[in-house]
Amino acid sequence: MTDVLNAIVLITNFVLVPGFTYGSQLALGALGITMIYSVLRFSNFAHGEMMSFGAMITILITWWMQSHGISFGVLPTALLALPFGILATIILVLTADKVVFKYYRSIKAPPVTLLIVSMGLMFFLGGLIRFIIGPNDQRFFDGERFIIKARSFKQMTGLNEGLAIKTTQGITVVLAVAMVAFVFWFLTYTRTGKSMRAYSNNEDLALLSGINPERVVLVTWVITAVLITLAGTLYGLDKSYKPFTYLSLLLPIFASAIVGGIGSPIGAILGGFVIAFSELFVTFAYKRVLGYLLPEQMEPDGLMQLLSTDYKIALSFVILVLVLIIRPTGIAGGKTL
Amino acid sequence: MSSRMRIFSVFFVMAALLVIVGMYQSWNVAFSILNLCVISSIMALGVNVQWGYAGLVNFGVMGFVAVGGLAGVIVSMPPVEAAWAAGGVQLMGGFAVMGLVILAATIFWKKTAHLKNTPRKRYLGMALIIILGYALYRFIADPAIDAIEAVEPAMTGYLGGLGLPILFSWIVGAIAAGLIAMLIGRIALGLRSDYLAIATLGISEIIIYVIKNEDWMARGVKNVNGLPRPVPYELDLQKEAWVNSLADSMNYSVINTSSLIVKISYLMLFVAVLIGLFILAEKALRSPWGRMMRAIRDNEVAAEAMGKDVKSRHLQIFIIGSAVLGLAGAMLTTLDGQFTPASYQPLRYTFLIWVMVIVGGSGNNYGSIIGGFIIWFFWIEAEPLGLWLIEFLTSGMSADSALKAHLLESAAHTRLMTMGLIMMLVLRFAPKGLIPEAKR
Repeated sequence: MTDVLNAIVLITNFVLVPGFTYGSQLALGALGITMIYSVLRFSNFAHGEMMSFGAMITILITWWMQSHGISFGVLPTALLALPFGILATIILVLTADKVVFKYYRSIKAPPVTLLIVSMGLMFFLGGLIRFIIGPNDQRFFDGERFIIKARSFKQMTGLNEGLAIKTTQGITVVLAVAMVAFVFWFLTYTRTGKSMRAYSNNEDLALLSGINPERVVLVTWVITAVLITLAGTLYGLDKSYKPFTYLSLLLPIFASAIVGGIGSPIGAILGGFVIAFSELFVTFAYKRVLGYLLPEQMEPDGLMQLLSTDYKIALSFVILVLVLIIRPTGIAGGKTL
Repeated sequence: MSSRMRIFSVFFVMAALLVIVGMYQSWNVAFSILNLCVISSIMALGVNVQWGYAGLVNFGVMGFVAVGGLAGVIVSMPPVEAAWAAGGVQLMGGFAVMGLVILAATIFWKKTAHLKNTPRKRYLGMALIIILGYALYRFIADPAIDAIEAVEPAMTGYLGGLGLPILFSWIVGAIAAGLIAMLIGRIALGLRSDYLAIATLGISEIIIYVIKNEDWMARGVKNVNGLPRPVPYELDLQKEAWVNSLADSMNYSVINTSSLIVKISYLMLFVAVLIGLFILAEKALRSPWGRMMRAIRDNEVAAEAMGKDVKSRHLQIFIIGSAVLGLAGAMLTTLDGQFTPASYQPLRYTFLIWVMVIVGGSGNNYGSIIGGFIIWFFWIEAEPLGLWLIEFLTSGMSADSALKAHLLESAAHTRLMTMGLIMMLVLRFAPKGLIPEAKR
């Protein structure tokens, strides 16, 4: 019995907890991608850099708060700085929309043009961020590091394997759930949310029923900005903040959105978790788990790993490509193609 | 301004910029920029063939360039006998098994077509074949790979190459990239444009991951250095009498003269390729084939209705463009004299090439060449220019100001901003680029 428990704790510690955290971060990012895609109808390549921007502002304000002795007790100060980061990101995306994207909407440019334009914005924001905060790793975490420590878990339960949950992991999951719940409530029950869905479903019909397209676009950007900042900051808080990682995060996020079915909010969340868990399950070394579960003489020699950890990130691209080929509308059946 | 005047004046400005760099920085810098300008414009030409002629969004540029670079290693490096003895044959056996598995899976899929209505059995069988095949492959290949990578890991640890002259790799790189493009094109070209962009971006990342992690192939992130050169070495040149006398007559140091000669020899090789490709590309664009491609690009449905095979034309042009990218990748590795998988970043090898095509003018070969020149020039020169600009702007601040120090330190990043700004401005105010596509 304890063997089975040990095996469960082992998988929880190395796969489930990190998977839920990473999955939540991806889901928040993918939800933003999907919102922009279904209302503005293009794939936003500047998404990663926008996340990075939101995180950067939050970090700068966190530093300012820390230097003035403001703290949030056991929780990281960054949570206090988050609203300011969100505000700055809202201003940024609205400016970007007004200066860059609005023109292409008015001439009804094809989605590819908007995609290439967003690539230009990606370059610009990437440069701006590196100009302000530099290309290096930044740490801004403070407060209590762990909710449960591996050692105290062992003492508490008397098991061989420890279970550690970092504060950042807890915060990530809680905030992600709250945000996702809010977005769904907003889309389902409010007038504006309904008009957004109507607009994304059938633009002409929505215009005929008197929905103001510019207002729909504005609200979409504002919600996306909140999602972006949350995703960016939580990722930075949990791992560490480095401008370069946000460009490489772009593809897993796209992968999540597409795997779930782009244009579908539920799909984006499912996709995030599918990507996160498959990365972890496939590259996890099952040696010790099997050691607990199998009789002694059958214990395997190798690591029992399906793919080496080097391929962890590449796996999300493989899933992406497979889904695009086999079922381009994704799990939840997004709308395009 | 007529289009010919426009082409002429843009090229003239570019030449003048390079001369200015030559006079004020150094001719060595000017020529090394020029060499990479030529390679960049070949890459831009490859993307232009796909995007400008046919409207295919290939965001996998980096992958094809890396495949070309890999060809450089595999063609030119001497074979590592010890590694072949340790596990080479066994590894090849592993690949043979993988080939057989793929063959078996294909045959199974075709033979079970009658099971279409009960697909569960079919999928189960497929999964079984693939999983067993993969396990068998790992069982054979894993020990072989370990043995190969254990052969003097600090020096070799890979199978080595064929020991042929590196110029062959230009052809091999093009063919290899073309073959991979065929594979990718078959599965991905049916997707609509932005999905195709994301899929190719993903596939190029996969290619890089494989090159980085399969050490037996080209040492992975440990890099392969000292590839043989198609041109003489500086040290040999410095011993030649004519180089010394040339250096004297130009009033230039012997070291500078020799490296200048090396750069110019590379340049001649590259320019020969560029001119050859350019002539081919122009001929293709003006031919009935080019007309058909434009017809497909501008209205797929109409072209299909006129009996054009859109799918295979798309595949064809995807292969051609990618082969050009592979060629450019092999040329780049030849110039560098080393293969460093970690240096392949999408920003530098995919998105920057796209900036070149967009800024130069898509659908126009002159445009992508000049785009390659200008964007590469500013990619390199934006750093000194940015530094100069910031020094000028902050000259009023006191010397120990923290803000000034920070700004000066960050000057290098102005180039990303400049690129983004140039691109957005061009797209907004001159969407056809510097040299617009000719009306035919």
